[in-house]
Formats: sequence, structure tokens, C-alpha cells
Amino acid sequence: MSKSYLQHSRLAHGGRIDRDRRMRFSFDDEELYGYAGDTLASALLANGIHLVGRSFKYHRPRGIFSAGPEEPNALVQLEQGAYTEPNIKATQVELYDGLKAVSQNRWPNLRFDIASINSAVARFIPAGFYYKTFMWPASMWMTYERWIRKTAGLGKSPAQWDPDRYEHRNAHCEVLVVGAGPAGLAAAVVAARAGARVILADEQNEFGGKLLAENADIDGSPALQWAAEIERELKEIDSVILLPRTTVTGYYDYNYLVAAERVTDHLPPGTGGSVPRQRLWKIRAQQVVLATGAIERPLVFADNDRPGVMLAGAVRTYVNRYAVMPADAIVVFTNNDSAYLTALDAHSHGAAVSIVDIRPGPKGELIDRAEQANIMIYRGSAITSVGYAGRLRSVEVMRLNQTGDDVESSSTTTIECGVIATSGGWTPTVHLHSQARGKLRYDETIAAFVPSDDGVRINPHVSTGACNGKFDLERCLKEGYAAGYSSARACGLGGVSLPAPRVDTVMQGPIRVLWAIPCDHPIGRGGKKHFHELQNDATVGDIYLAAGEGFDAVEHLKRYTTTGMGTDQGKTSNLTALGVLSEIRAEPVQAIGTTTFRPPYTPLTFGAVVGQNRRDLFLQERKTAMHAWHDKNGAVYEDVGDWKRPRYFPRGNESMDTAVQRECRAVRDKIGILDASTLGKIDLKGKDCAWFLNMIYTNAWSELAVGRCRYGLMLNEHGMVFDDGVTTRIGEQHYHMTTTTGGAARVLTWLEEWLQTEWPDKEVYCTSVTEQWAVAAISGPRSRDLLSELTDVPLDAEHFPFMSMRQGKVAGVPARIFRISFTGELSYEINVPAQYGLYVWEQLLEYGRAYDICPYGTESMHVLRAEKGFIIVGQDTDGSVTPGDLGMDWIVSKKKADFIGRRSLFRSDTSKPGRKQLIGLLTEDPQVVLPEGAHIVAEVKETPPMPMLGHVTSSYMSPNVGRSIALGLLYDGRSKIGERVSLKLMDGRVVGATVADTIFYDSEGARARG
Amino acid sequence: MLLIDCPWCGRRDQLEFSCHGQAHISRPQYPDRLSDEQWGDYVFFRDNPKGVHYERWVHTHGCRRWFNAVRNTVTDEFLATYKPGDPVPAVEQ
Repeated sequence: MSKSYLQHSRLAHGGRIDRDRRMRFSFDDEELYGYAGDTLASALLANGIHLVGRSFKYHRPRGIFSAGPEEPNALVQLEQGAYTEPNIKATQVELYDGLKAVSQNRWPNLRFDIASINSAVARFIPAGFYYKTFMWPASMWMTYERWIRKTAGLGKSPAQWDPDRYEHRNAHCEVLVVGAGPAGLAAAVVAARAGARVILADEQNEFGGKLLAENADIDGSPALQWAAEIERELKEIDSVILLPRTTVTGYYDYNYLVAAERVTDHLPPGTGGSVPRQRLWKIRAQQVVLATGAIERPLVFADNDRPGVMLAGAVRTYVNRYAVMPADAIVVFTNNDSAYLTALDAHSHGAAVSIVDIRPGPKGELIDRAEQANIMIYRGSAITSVGYAGRLRSVEVMRLNQTGDDVESSSTTTIECGVIATSGGWTPTVHLHSQARGKLRYDETIAAFVPSDDGVRINPHVSTGACNGKFDLERCLKEGYAAGYSSARACGLGGVSLPAPRVDTVMQGPIRVLWAIPCDHPIGRGGKKHFHELQNDATVGDIYLAAGEGFDAVEHLKRYTTTGMGTDQGKTSNLTALGVLSEIRAEPVQAIGTTTFRPPYTPLTFGAVVGQNRRDLFLQERKTAMHAWHDKNGAVYEDVGDWKRPRYFPRGNESMDTAVQRECRAVRDKIGILDASTLGKIDLKGKDCAWFLNMIYTNAWSELAVGRCRYGLMLNEHGMVFDDGVTTRIGEQHYHMTTTTGGAARVLTWLEEWLQTEWPDKEVYCTSVTEQWAVAAISGPRSRDLLSELTDVPLDAEHFPFMSMRQGKVAGVPARIFRISFTGELSYEINVPAQYGLYVWEQLLEYGRAYDICPYGTESMHVLRAEKGFIIVGQDTDGSVTPGDLGMDWIVSKKKADFIGRRSLFRSDTSKPGRKQLIGLLTEDPQVVLPEGAHIVAEVKETPPMPMLGHVTSSYMSPNVGRSIALGLLYDGRSKIGERVSLKLMDGRVVGATVADTIFYDSEGARARG
Repeated sequence: MLLIDCPWCGRRDQLEFSCHGQAHISRPQYPDRLSDEQWGDYVFFRDNPKGVHYERWVHTHGCRRWFNAVRNTVTDEFLATYKPGDPVPAVEQ
């Protein structure tokens, strides 16, 4: 490739660029410049650069193909360091000063790429190659995949935190108009005049859509003047939000649309100031007007992937909008009239233009105008070969036979050219219509799918203009005006139905469909390749192969050939694949159907999707009233639900194990203190509370006296343990229920569900009071001594027995004291209003110093309760465990006729013997702590599979028992107590253990009752 | 994203709601009188129609009240929402 030189291909005049504002930029190692108003693609072309990347599979050289979001080739890595972004379409990057871009998918450099050898061996890498070749042996896939990814990858993702800011915004409107071309502008202004709140979004930096690339007139003046006037009018209406640089990427149910606004992407990185880089709009619209235009598709001919092969409409855009003539000599290769406009515009700006038209007898005004301009037209002919050496040099043209399935090689002509501008017709951009569950119909006259209805009722929308298959300006305007009016009417607004402005319409002749253009050898064989899908290197030959191997359903074809699976989602290729498939299957395209259009329409950044919800705001944290003290005293936290709970309080350089051993001993020997505020707490009031508790829990509640506490298990209707906790009768019709920390919200919803849906006649009121009460649990033989210093409530066992509650003051603060125990020691759980939590906590520690009080965390709490064989729901149970499995039949009432889950306990499966049961495990080596989750196996083998008998649910080193202890679930476990079992660990070790009772410490329970 | 008409609060975003499956299934009054099969029917089996479906929803992040809804599972259109105990509305199938 010859060295580019600056602005070689820039026209002297015209375009929508600002020649007074020069923008320096670099591409790979070259320092270049363009102008404000350029895209990266137009600036590259202005500097004579066509080759911008290597293809995905064969590493063939590729050039700029389009001028918009359909770009399959010109993907670049933009910027560096934390700001770097891969796979950015150069056609959508607005040029700014200092922009840095590098090409992708090449090594060591763009012009010489080692993997391009793939192209030479292409016939050994057909569709499905990876599936077929790297399938076996399965164990090698990981190795293959690493190699494939290395050679087939696109860009590189950034390795640092994203320094930019993103935000989400919700919006409501009557009419959302997507696309600000002629149809969209017309619809927006008519709806806005009627008084509708209108949002108008367009992916480009300027409104005008296709008008920006054309030179049409509306009402006798330049069309862009009409567009500017409409834009000015819309700007002055308060109820209108105009969103340029905004792509509506998703259309969800009930007219909920998501749009990504690129607020500062057109500025150098890091210079956006206080505004976010991108803003994600979540829009709920009463009516949606789709004016999303159409995307041109190429003709698919031999070696059609060479740099310099471009879409005809894109060439026209570069000439008219960016004042760039991509080559001095251009061959227009078309099957329809629209490309003649490209030929005429390029010709009028001085290019040497020829037209190759596959139609034998094109007729009409545009053909006449081309002839008048002395443009050579090769009728009924096709490009059969592309001369490429560093850049595009020439084409060979041959006459097609009558049916268009072969060429006459005797008729070869060679034309020198630097660009092929190709058009295979226009494909309406129906993506959003389809996402809205709208149906499609194949329209033979334009050889493309168009909306066939206005979608389902829940997504009221209308497609207008080019996205509705109406490509001429006159009908675009007409449909836009009509849609603006009807949308406003549908929202109950008035408005006036105005006639659309007058335009001179050039009638265009019919299209001729040849999905693949023949050349001098059969398609799919021989040296030349017909790429219908440029980004993923899929060829028409691949479609033949896929269909031949049975993958001839559209969704299969897509996956087998990877058609449409790139970052461009096949915007220029999908229809051709369907067309070729329809020929193979000899069925109409309508019968072939399309693949599913899914959001997003074009890729979104993760930043936009995440918005503000990152780092500290990613997940909300709940902190107890005592949190500041924990922070000050070196707590190491554990996340429990959203709560931050102290896991342990290390002293000095203590490890977790050492700290936990110390804390556990302190509780049994003297006294410990735990922040138990996170426990779920539900206040129950009403005359039917006792009845309700009888239904919700497995045990009996009718006899519970005021001031007494009771432990309860909740089951679901399957009979499986669902939550547990202690509930206390505060008054005649007043109870205080506690739940697990993680289950608090679930249990409240559970109670409300039964009360509202099954027993609405029962009088029970549930209020979550988790955050209203702060709870300090003191536990250990000295806890009574400590508490007596801070309260007047009589604490002796006679007046304040185990499993009861007293109200009084603690440290001068009104408190509810629950004498319940999760450690098996003498314990008091002191509940005070949350605002006094920290104060009471500090007082307890202050007075506790005399008793060597030891703050402990959840890890020690777990060890202590495991020593006592107390379960943790969700750790020792997993939704498949009944009370019987836990050995807790004692808590299941035999007298109650009904409670939730009761009937299920008598089903054949739940009542059968030999189910997995909770047991204790004592390892043969008392120093070995089993990993939780370790499998108990029947027979130890070298490699899996081994029949499994159960698993470890809880496992700790217990300082008080003086050895390791574990709980686990084991088939028929209780009958195996005393037996030896083996556990096979992940690291291959085998550990022997003895099945034991679940209680390892103080099995009489005397310590808590004392 | 569905838009759901809470009978107490009006139209709100789907984010505020949770769906809890088929509506109008009463808990058997005397579970003990049911065979395993009958009880299994109540606990495990639900309709999964293509088309009109009667469902229970709860306005979890709103009024926290339960209600019933008639939804077309094909189009996701809500044909009606109504309070528990209200008569079941007739909808065109």
C-alpha cells in the first residue's frame, strides 16, 4: 500500500465539515488530520487510507465499507490506557483533536499479518470448522479455545477502572420519535404542535438523517434548510426533548424503550467536565413513531471484500457530507436505480465513473441523466474479478447470461478504479419494530422485509418512511406527517392534519435480485470468495455447505456460518443469507423467515448499562447502630444479605482462626458480646395471632404465656424447613417474631401472602421492626453479673427463667430483655430502640471490662452454635430438609390438625426411612477440619464418579470441645452413629471420620438454663 | 418491561411487582382428607397456558398488597387486574 498523504482525497469545496477547525489524530503510527464534522472513517478516507483492519477468520485486508452503524470492517481500538475501547466503528466516531486509534486483529502489523496464511488455506477452514475440528477430545477444548481466541480475537478490553461517569435517566412522553430524518422530523413537529410531550432521538450528531448525504429540495428550497427550520421550531417548544447522538437500542413491552446518549464521546477523553460520558434513557412512551431509515446491502460478487469495495450510498455520503472523494475512478455496481445518484454525484465532483448494472435494460430518469453525463453503463453485466495489490486497482466485467446464473467470459472488459460502489438494494431498519413484536412481510418490489402490522396492542407504534419500505422523500414526508398526527390523536390530543410539503420525486425503476453474482467459476469453489458476511468472514459457499450438511433452517444457518453474529449483527448481510437459502430450498424468502431481532440495535457500553450503580453504589450496605464501634475496634466484616456484620475482632496480628478460638473460649469461660441487630424482627398484633402462629410454625402456640419465648420452625407447603427463630408473646394480642438475618424480607412476604390471600378474615397485622431495634447479645457464665449492674429487672432464674422476656431499663434506656441462647450459655439478648443501640453497647462493654468481656463476631457465633448442634437454616438445610431429617421431630406438634407443610410430612417420599439426616462428624485426626461441602462417599476411588452418601454442611475447629467438629447430611445418618465413613476432598485427600450425635458440648443444656 | 395496573395504586412499572403464579387455588380446608396425589396436585401442579392466564401478583415495592391479574401469556397484555375476593372478570379469550 502506498503511503498516504494528507487530505489527498478531500474535495476543495462543500461538505458539512468546518475547514477552519483542524483535528489532529493518529491511526496506528501515522499522524494525520481531518476537520470538525468528520468521522474517523471520513478523515481516514480523506487521507487516502482504505485498509483499516484484518478480517476475523482469514485475516484478509479490509477497508471502510459503510458510513454508519452497519459497518462490518472498520473496527478500531480507540484511545489508550483506562480510556481504551475495542471494536469501535470508525464510521460512527466523531473526530476530535488528539484522537488515537489503532487497527485490530493483525499481528505484527496491519500490512503484514502472519495469520493471513489462513486465507491461503481457506478451503480447509469452512463453516463449522471449529465445531468439527476441535470437538474431540473434549478435555482438549480448553487448550484449543485459548489458541483460537488468540488468533481470532477482535480488540482488547481495558484493564483499568473506567474513569468516566455514566448515568441513567427515566423519562415519560406521549410520542417518542426514533430517527430524525425527514419522516422523523415531520412526525415530531406535527405531534409537538398538537401539544404532545415529544422525545426525538437520533444516533447522529446532526439531525436530518439521509438528507445530510443528499442534495434534495423540499418546497423548492434545500431540504436541509427545511430540516433546520423544523429543528429550530422543536427547540422552542418546552415539551420537546431533542436527543442527538442517541441510539434507541431496545424496544421492550408496554412501549418501554432504552436509548444510549453519547454525551461527551465526541470530545477528547477526560474533558467532558461535570457531565457524564454517556446517559442511558429509559423511556416510557404512549406512542412510538419509528423513522429509523434503511440500510443498504451490497451485491455479493467475487472477492467483494477488498478494501475499496464500499456501499454506494456510503460513497455518496462521503462525497456530499464529508467532501471526500474516496477514489479518482469509481465503478458503481448495482441492481437498482439508487446507486445512479452516487454515480451522478461522484461524476459531478470530478471522478471518473462507470456503472455496471446487472439489469439488462434499466430505464428511467436516472439512467437518462447518467447517459447525458456520458457515464459508461455496462448493462446486464457483472463484476467477476477484483484486481487488488495493496489497494484496489481494477475490476473485470463480464456480461451475464439471461437468467443471471452465469457469465459470458468472452465479453470480459477491464476497468481501472480505486473504489467499487455497490448497491444490492435497501433493507428497511425493522429492528425496533420486530423487538416490539411486530410482524414482517417480504416485499418482492424492494426485495426486503417490511413491517406488516403495527405490532401487538401493548406496544403501540407506527413505522414510517424508509423503515416502512418507502424510500423516496415524498412518501417519507407524507408518512411522517400522518404518523405525527395519528400519534397525537391516539394520546387524546387534537392537532391539525397538514399536507406534507412538496418535493420533486424521481421515479425509480425495478430492482433485479441476484443474491450472489456469478463469476468465471462456480460459487464456493475455486479461488475467488463471495463474502456475504464481512465481519465474520462467512461466504456464500459456506451457506451452500451448511445447507448441504442439513443446517438449512435459518437459526441453524446463522450459528453454523456465524452470519450476523458479529458486532454489526449482520446489518448488511442477513438478508443475503436468507435470499441464498431461499434459492437452495427453492422456497420464497417469506417462508424462510428471519432470525430474531434482539436488543441492542447497536452495542452499548457496559458503563451505560451500569450507570451510577458501580463501586460503592453497586450494592447498598446495611449497617447496624453499633457499626461505628465495630469500625473503631478493628472488626473484619462478613456480608450477610445486605448487612455488614462483624465476623471477628482480631487483636494485634491475630489470624481469623486464632481470634475465633479466643472469642469462643471467652464466651464459655467468662462472657462475650455479639451485635445481633441484624436478626429479622416482625411485630405481630391482632386477635388471631396465636391461631396464625399455629398455622405458620410446626409447634403449638396457644398455651404460650405473656412474657414467654418459644423457638419455632417454619415449613413451606412442601414440608421443607424454610426459616426458624424465636417468637415471644409481648401482650395478650401482641408477639415479637425473629427470623434469620437473610430470611427477614422473605418471611414477612410469606406471612403477608397467607394473611391477604388465604385468610383475609383473620386479624393479624405484621410490621417489620428489624431496623427499629438494636440488639446486644451477652452470653457466658458472667452475663447475669454484668447485666445486674445495668438494670433493675430481677435476673434470678426464678423471676426471669430461660425462654422468657422482661421489659425494663438497661443503662437507663427502655429495653426488652430476652433470655434466649444461641450459644448454649446463659445469655440475654438486650433489645433497645435503635437510636440508643451504640450507647447501650458501649455501656455493656464499659461495665463488662471488669468481667473480661469479649466482643465476638459471626464466625465465633457459628462455632458456638455448632458445638451445641443448633442448625443454621440455609447452611445445614437446603430446601430439601424436613424437621424429621434434622432430628427435630420434637418440635412438630402431634396434636395440631393443620399447619403449613404438615400434610407433606406424610407423603410417601418425605416420610420414608433412610432420607438424608443431619448428623455430627468427628474426623479421625482431631486436627483436620473438613471443608464445608465435602462429600461423604460410599467407596473411595481414584477418580469420580463415586456414589455419594451425603455432605458436610458445617465444620469448625472447636476450642471448647478441643478438636474439630462438623455437621453433615447423610443418608440414613442417625442409624449410622458410631460408624466410620470416608470423605473425598477436592485436593484428592481422603479423610476418615466417625458419625456422631449433633450435640458436641453440654448435651444436657444445663448451662443456658442456670 | 410490563406496566401493571395495581388495583390500589394504579399503573406502575413491573420493577415494583412480583408474580406468584396461578391464581384462584384455595388451600384445601382439610389436608388430611386428601390422598398423596390430591395433595401433590395442590402443592406441585400449576397450569401453564398459552394465552389467557389468571395470576397472582404482589406490589412488593409499593403497597405490598396482593391482587389477581388476567394476562395473555403470548402477548403479555394485561386484560384485567382485580382485588382478591372480587368477582373473576370475564375477558375475551
